[in-house]
Amino acid sequence: MSTMMETKTTQVYRVYIKATPQAIWDAITKPEWTERYGFGGRVEYELRPGGSYRVPTTEAMKRAGAGMGISTPDVMVDGEVIEADPPRRLVQTWRMLMDQATEAEGFTRLTYEIEESGGGVSKLTLVHELEGAPKLAALTAGEREAEGAGGGWSWVLSDLKTLLETGARLGG
Amino acid sequence: MTDDDRVFRALADPTRRFLLDRLFERDGRTLTELESELEMTRFGVMKHLRVLEEADLVVTRRSGREKLHFLNPVPIQLIHDRWIGKYRERQASALAELKTELEKEEAG
Repeated sequence: MSTMMETKTTQVYRVYIKATPQAIWDAITKPEWTERYGFGGRVEYELRPGGSYRVPTTEAMKRAGAGMGISTPDVMVDGEVIEADPPRRLVQTWRMLMDQATEAEGFTRLTYEIEESGGGVSKLTLVHELEGAPKLAALTAGEREAEGAGGGWSWVLSDLKTLLETGARLGG
Repeated sequence: MTDDDRVFRALADPTRRFLLDRLFERDGRTLTELESELEMTRFGVMKHLRVLEEADLVVTRRSGREKLHFLNPVPIQLIHDRWIGKYRERQASALAELKTELEKEEAG
């Protein structure tokens, strides 16, 4: 059967967070929030279709790179906003510029969906379509964590949940 | 039942772990595909998938007429972070280390 042979390259992550959809939306789209969890980059979003998306490399990342004698790009991730419907749905392209291998894989597609789930809890679903980007897919799945690349989206979302629910971040 | 209870209950069954293993291998499968790997009725597989969905270990998405099943690792990450996360090292230097590794691979 053809459907059985088809390679599926989409990753889906879901987390329930005790926070309003607006708080989660802000935590994804505002730099004063994004610097407090995950890789800690300050996002730059133009929240309209066709608007740009950039995560400039942080000073900490640059210092760490310089300490090891390697150059880091000025922008770590870039992309374009496809759809912005605050605080429910954000669709964008997403390209990792950390190294030539992931840069060469080009743009992938990322969708955030935020829904109220009752009791002051919201459901955040992240869908990452990674067609033609196996190196990036390994990274976002956390398969390179042992090499120090971080735990991918699972780790980022777990950290985001901890930040919104307790005001603190995970260890480190 | 707490979220953790649901996760541990869902994992405490070899068939459900087998289903997660299949999704880990290749994500986004239909019920028919998953069923073909088990000697079990369609209804039995559906029941197990429902327990996995209730624990949020499996998330389903519609793609045209198909309902695709995805492994959601976040609940397991949350359990991991509860006991292991505090030993995690700073991510910024980690990213830089990964870059070095990747560039070594490309050069080699």
